[in-house]
Amino acid sequence: MIEPDHSYAVEARGISKYFGGVAALDGVDFKVHWGEVHALLGENGAGKTTLSNILAGIYRADSGEIAVDGLTHEVRTPAQAIEAGIGMVHQHFKLVETMTVAENVHLGWPDTPTLVSQRVLVDRTNHLMEEIGLHVDPTAKVWQLSVGEQQRVEILRVLARGAQILILDEPTAVLTSHEARDLFKVMRDLVSGGRTVIFISHKLNEVLEVSDQITVLRDGVHEVTRSAEGATPRELARLMTGEERTLEVEHREITGETVLQLEGVTASNDRGVVALSSVDLVARSGEILGIAGVSGNGQTELAEVISAMRRVDGGTITVDGEDVANGLVRKVTDLGVGHIPEDRIGVGIVGSASVKDNAVLRHYWTEGLSSGVTLFRQAVVDFATRLVEVARVQTRSITATAGQMSGGNQQRLVARREALLATRVLIAVHPTRGLDVLAAQEVQTAVIGQRDRGAAVLFISDDLDEVLLMSDRIAVMYEGRIMGIFDRVDADREAIGLMMGGHTLEEAMAK
Amino acid sequence: MTFALIENGFLSLISSAIPASTVVVLAALGCLVGERVGVLNLGQEGLIGIGGVYAVIAVVTWGVGSPWVALAIGMAAAGIAGLMFAVAVVVFRASQVLVGLALALGGIGLSNQLGTNRNGVQVRTQFSEFSLGGSLVDGGVREALFAHDPMVYVAYVLLPLTLWFILFRTRHGMNMRAVGENPAAADAVGVSVTWSRIGYSVLGAAISGAGGAYMVLSFTPTWSPDIARGRGWVALAVVIFAGWRPVRAVFGALLYGTMFSLGLTAQARGWGFLFNATDLAFFLSMLPFLVTLAAILLPAGAAKIGKRVRSTAAPAALAIPYSREER
Repeated sequence: MIEPDHSYAVEARGISKYFGGVAALDGVDFKVHWGEVHALLGENGAGKTTLSNILAGIYRADSGEIAVDGLTHEVRTPAQAIEAGIGMVHQHFKLVETMTVAENVHLGWPDTPTLVSQRVLVDRTNHLMEEIGLHVDPTAKVWQLSVGEQQRVEILRVLARGAQILILDEPTAVLTSHEARDLFKVMRDLVSGGRTVIFISHKLNEVLEVSDQITVLRDGVHEVTRSAEGATPRELARLMTGEERTLEVEHREITGETVLQLEGVTASNDRGVVALSSVDLVARSGEILGIAGVSGNGQTELAEVISAMRRVDGGTITVDGEDVANGLVRKVTDLGVGHIPEDRIGVGIVGSASVKDNAVLRHYWTEGLSSGVTLFRQAVVDFATRLVEVARVQTRSITATAGQMSGGNQQRLVARREALLATRVLIAVHPTRGLDVLAAQEVQTAVIGQRDRGAAVLFISDDLDEVLLMSDRIAVMYEGRIMGIFDRVDADREAIGLMMGGHTLEEAMAK
Repeated sequence: MTFALIENGFLSLISSAIPASTVVVLAALGCLVGERVGVLNLGQEGLIGIGGVYAVIAVVTWGVGSPWVALAIGMAAAGIAGLMFAVAVVVFRASQVLVGLALALGGIGLSNQLGTNRNGVQVRTQFSEFSLGGSLVDGGVREALFAHDPMVYVAYVLLPLTLWFILFRTRHGMNMRAVGENPAAADAVGVSVTWSRIGYSVLGAAISGAGGAYMVLSFTPTWSPDIARGRGWVALAVVIFAGWRPVRAVFGALLYGTMFSLGLTAQARGWGFLFNATDLAFFLSMLPFLVTLAAILLPAGAAKIGKRVRSTAAPAALAIPYSREER
């Protein structure tokens, strides 16, 4: 059967795009029908984000053309993309942090009234949220929101504009499984209304659950487009990576001494609201203590107080018996505490500095790298070269700016750098978020390696499967409290899920 | 000293501070317009000079008889300088700091050169007093607040309120602020970063130029070299002090104008307390710059002791060139 032309929502033909002479996309064809959820799969650097950025008018293709609903469209600016009905929710949020949720939703939107007051914007936003079923405090400033909430604002904004073709770049990476279910429902509703969703994800199970069609990219080349029906995760992983792997984590009995101890730690978040209320935690040498919880329940603040980035209002934090609460980040680092932060781009790296400088960013003062006054150039170059190699960071050169690398590569660099620093304590906050299968496994392997070398690892993730896979013990956080701590063998998925939703240990066990 | 005398002194200080500060108000609002979309123009000294000298040329050489037309010519000249600045920093993404400094030095040089034959020439086309309030308020207060030329009311009331309204009460202003805070975010929702930045750089430069034109059309009213005399730099500081808010900028500028007037008044009247008359005058003319320094250090000090002052922070993308394809 020959499809009439307008059955394609988007048809990208022969798209190529080069960054500094390196092909990110090489003659890619990508066709998406109306009324389907079409997953775009591929490893970091495979070109998924580049392709979606071209469709959304953020980048211009060096060659090739784009047709929307059968008509060739100039999609050279985001405005033209929005006009053509293509809306994108970015992996790295495009929100104005100092503005409110309501303002962000209404930015650059022709439907926004010419005269705006906060009240009008808040009313309209409330109305939209009711309609769409996504809820965030419209008066909150974006910088006060958790990553998960920020993403909700992004999705809300695109849906509010009535996008016909919605591109979601790694949308579930920051969501809890419950929130992801809600999102899938929204996605299904959209496509049953005739619209199209292009869904980029690394979570193969999710792709299979929600998609109709799947396109796999590998190294900037179109690998395959096939129906999701009958596809298996194993097969897709093989198509993406060209090889097959699963991670096995060995768990041993923990006999190590206490390294990290928190007693009655209380702290506030950026809004001045209590984020941690008398948290008691102990992490021992050679164990991974998983922190399960819905994002925004104090995990970020927990990581920040331990690494001395945030002040505590009360309680003590010790590393090997030394008090580190309200201390200096540098002192904590020198004690052997590494921190893979949640916001890698904002906190983990300096985008405008070179890969080399970022590699030594957290310990350039240490012996071997500097004399205390000047850096040993060759030692820095050697260290950075080695780190880039070990972390399998793909970069043109170590003198290139870190901001030019893809998000996945930035993440590999930060994760491995911090793991190296973390001789005593490694705090990993969503360390595999946004990474593909292979890169995620590399990071997980690095984390496990650090545990096996005797570090106490605090593994924070809102992906419960990942927490269960990695952890020797699991603590559940809800609204700044530790709801309970399980040994790995006693860990009951259902009970943990209930406690993440605010049930007490007793309630959870009774159900 | 009687109460009446103090009151009288205060009112006469205000009455001279208001016109003296008008240049700073206009230049500060001009800066602010550009900075809100992320463009820092350090060339305020040059823009004041260019605006001033072209207003003089319009009146003295071209025989323009309306102060408004002369003002418009001064603004247009500064606007053209602003356009050249904008093309360099927005289109070619040159360093805003370096190009701004070049504009400051180049603008001063250009205006001094063009003004060479017009030094000390009286500018006969002037703004005339435009009295408000009538008999509602008594003499002293009327003198101080309601007996100035129309540009004073434009600079102190009309322009800042308009800017405030546009920035914080319109869709357009919201988009403008987004360009200054996060151009990538603005771009992603279809706001043109390039055109906003070029447009408001030009408009901002024209407003700063109006400051220079005002000097020669009302305040001095004559041409002399280096006409800005540091007011452009003070305007840049006022914007920081005002936390990038137009109405606050007016009060900030007025504070500096008062300091300027204090110096002049002290000199004219030969005041002498604490110091002898000459030293006091020197001290007082130093005051605006000392106060500038203090005003800038205070918020930074507050941040140091742990108070997060997000709302008065600079636009996050200030002085950072934007390119869509950089990641």
